[in-house]
Amino acid sequence: MTTTKTSGEKRSFLSIFYEELSNNSLTIIILSILSGFIMGGILVVLTDPEVYKAFGTSIGSGLSTSWKLVANTYSSLFLGAIGDPAKIGAALKSGDSALILKAFTPILESLVVTTPYLFTGVAVALGFKAGLFNIGAEGQVLVGTIAAGWAGWTFTGLSPWVHVPLAMLIGAAAGAIWGFVPGWLKVKTGAHEVITTIMMNYIAYYLIYYLIAAPLRDTTQTTPKTPMILQSAHLYRFFPDPIRFHLGFFIAIAVAFIVWFILFKTTWGYEIRSVGLNPNASKYAGMSITTITVAAMSLSGGIAGLAGASEILGVTWRQSQALSTGYGFDSIALALLAQNHPLGVILTALLFGFLKSGSRVMQVRAGVPIYIINILQAFIILFIAAPAIVRTIYRLKQPSVKEVSTSTVSFSERK
Amino acid sequence: MPPILELKGITKQFPGVLANDHINIQLNKGEVLALLGENGAGKTTLMNILYGLYKPDEGEIFINGQKTEINSPIDAIRSGIGMVHQHFMLIPVFTVTENVMLGEEYTHPGGFLDRKRAAAKIREISDLYKLNVNPDDMVEDLPVGLQQRVEIIKLLFRNADILIMDEPTAVLTPQEVDELFSILKKLVDQGKSIIFITHKLREVMECSDRIEVIRLGKVVGATTPAEASPEKLASMMVGRSVELKTAKKPCDLRGSVLNVENLTVKDSHNHVMVDNVSFDLQAGEILGIAGVQGNGQTELVQAITGLKTSASGKITLLGENVTKKNPRKITELGSAHIPEDRQKDGLVLAQPVAENLVLNTYYRPPFAKGIILQKKNILANANELIKKFDIRTPSNSTLVHYLSGGNQQKVIIAREFSRPIKLLVASQPTRGLDVGSIEYIHNRIVEKRDQGCAVLLVSTELDEIMQLSDRIAVMFRGKILTTVNAKEVSKEELGLLMAGVIPTLKKKKVDTTQVQELIT
Repeated sequence: MTTTKTSGEKRSFLSIFYEELSNNSLTIIILSILSGFIMGGILVVLTDPEVYKAFGTSIGSGLSTSWKLVANTYSSLFLGAIGDPAKIGAALKSGDSALILKAFTPILESLVVTTPYLFTGVAVALGFKAGLFNIGAEGQVLVGTIAAGWAGWTFTGLSPWVHVPLAMLIGAAAGAIWGFVPGWLKVKTGAHEVITTIMMNYIAYYLIYYLIAAPLRDTTQTTPKTPMILQSAHLYRFFPDPIRFHLGFFIAIAVAFIVWFILFKTTWGYEIRSVGLNPNASKYAGMSITTITVAAMSLSGGIAGLAGASEILGVTWRQSQALSTGYGFDSIALALLAQNHPLGVILTALLFGFLKSGSRVMQVRAGVPIYIINILQAFIILFIAAPAIVRTIYRLKQPSVKEVSTSTVSFSERK
Repeated sequence: MPPILELKGITKQFPGVLANDHINIQLNKGEVLALLGENGAGKTTLMNILYGLYKPDEGEIFINGQKTEINSPIDAIRSGIGMVHQHFMLIPVFTVTENVMLGEEYTHPGGFLDRKRAAAKIREISDLYKLNVNPDDMVEDLPVGLQQRVEIIKLLFRNADILIMDEPTAVLTPQEVDELFSILKKLVDQGKSIIFITHKLREVMECSDRIEVIRLGKVVGATTPAEASPEKLASMMVGRSVELKTAKKPCDLRGSVLNVENLTVKDSHNHVMVDNVSFDLQAGEILGIAGVQGNGQTELVQAITGLKTSASGKITLLGENVTKKNPRKITELGSAHIPEDRQKDGLVLAQPVAENLVLNTYYRPPFAKGIILQKKNILANANELIKKFDIRTPSNSTLVHYLSGGNQQKVIIAREFSRPIKLLVASQPTRGLDVGSIEYIHNRIVEKRDQGCAVLLVSTELDEIMQLSDRIAVMFRGKILTTVNAKEVSKEELGLLMAGVIPTLKKKKVDTTQVQELIT
């Protein structure tokens, strides 16, 4: 460390604080998110014809129009995702439960959108920990949806206590099979999981397209749809309609904690992490790379399958043919943002869920297309992937590996 | 006449470490200057400064008495400085000519390559220094020693007067080393000047005119081979007196531990890498496997430790047939393995020291109860081993990545030696380590042998093999050429065997039946 160099100069509290922070990769993440929002704002301004018109009149009016536009965009996003703080305050004061519920509806709706992100984010993070790039969450979600749905309308006369777990498990099993196949192909034939999981996505997509079009179609409907799941298979909803907030959210949080526990507290997790970091040394240590790879891929698929199950049992109750959810791909981004830590995924899934949920209101109120959110997310990931950019923009000090590796003395000094 | 090269007050600070601290060095025309120092002493940093790869914080470089700024390798080459890197910078599928002229192409008018003219110059250089290099050969077909000469030709082709050689002998057989030394001699006779970087004492004594010893970024002494002795050089290098020879009791054989019978191992391309090898290893002895890198030692060790399945043959460990068993089974029978490539096979670099110390015992009590890891015991184990094996690490949760090579190796040694073992397979246990660490590791290995452990030592370092082994088997092209008693063989004989030449054997020294077998 350079503490010796600076001991003579007097440094402000802020600069020390800043230096300490800059050693932390969390800083990079937060700054990346901030930068993503800034870039998003710039794009909103650049794509709006009003702004160009205003700049035509004068620079001052151009700037103020731009500012108003960005402020309106992000405040709409906030309103959509979290709600109106003033309304929430007033409702709480009034004590009227109906009003309170109404004020909290945006938050609860955001949590509904967050739920599948939680499952798929944890699924992809788990894959990454085992050194596997699971791009197949999308397909695993789809087969999980249809399998859980099938269980939901097929088994009659079950108590919800049996029916819901059964349908969830069947959804997870379907996802697990969709993860198992690429895992197995990888260890047996060396086929790369990136390729095979993408292929499995297409298989899932068209398989389900076919299933809904014919064998599983509810013939009473004019458009291709599956039957409704039975009441006994509904995931418990905590509030009256139209609030869809359901038990799946808490299951997802529990899954994140379970995966965290497995990864960091059990021998299985030790094996998964070792294989992910160094398969050669893991083999040397007597671990079975084959078993661990296949198991991790299946488990990852199974968790992604739960995302689909919780969607159909908790939110949609039936599947129509509008299939692509986008959850599978967004989850790669949010897992990376969480640095593949299952508990970090809880935070990033909330971020993505709230952004997605808020973007609908943003589109209506500010007239900004919801796709700006995808671009914003893409920028965040870009900044995460290239920390050097963030360090340069914000003048952060380069954390040096040499610094740590050179001598033990500098360590004791740092403490 | 001013010295051809003079470095004055060169200082280079890296965050947290002073790599070079006011180093002054002179190189006279027509001499070989050996730069001796442990790994991390600052030799390579100094040479990288001279070669324009780093910029010094302070200090000046004079060439032929003239102050020179060297900001890039291009500047260095223009100033007549050339460097042979430890890892060759050659393109295997190009001919010698194409490799040599790369970056300095001779062309016909119109930009077409003039290979003929370049080849003629290469031939001229080769004849002048008796390098024996054919410009039309494909580089991938050349043995390592010749490839190194191609690197030297590259420098001479660019009219370098000052040649820097960074650990040039690491990849050579003893015979090739001798040839390299005679080439250096010829270069010097023709007026070239050479800086020779090494941490091997023997080579310094043999080939240099003057010796500068560097420790912790400072020049700690200058001497000549005539005045110095290996012991003196070692203590200058390390900063304390070092036992170069490991004291060893006569071996006390206590019955067969490992038996290998007619073992054949193939690589993924179905080439035979280990060819019908048989030997028996007893408790309480060290069997050294000598040989130039790539003669089947790696595959032999992989087969014995279960990392690779053998094509045919039988491996028996403590009476149990382990031929097709997996590494865990073999480890559980009581074998330990120090792998050849510690970073690739022996450690998970991105994990903490504590977790690496239980890499092959994590699933057993006291480190796990069922499937639940017992973090407390894992950390306690780490603290104990860090102390016992003197692993220099800031804490038990530091990533192994951040430790020095010697301390990384100590993590492996601590892990493998801390369980009761009956067989130790040590592959290149001291590769790339400094004198102090080597001394430590050698002592531990001999200690294990004295405790009744059977040790299979694989090394390409002749000194290491000769010092530690009780018996020595020489591997060449997958076969064991012969097995000799370590006390009754000379370095020269071993060197010849490693090169595949069976010397005129005195009967008492060599187990002739095996050699006979091979010849027929």
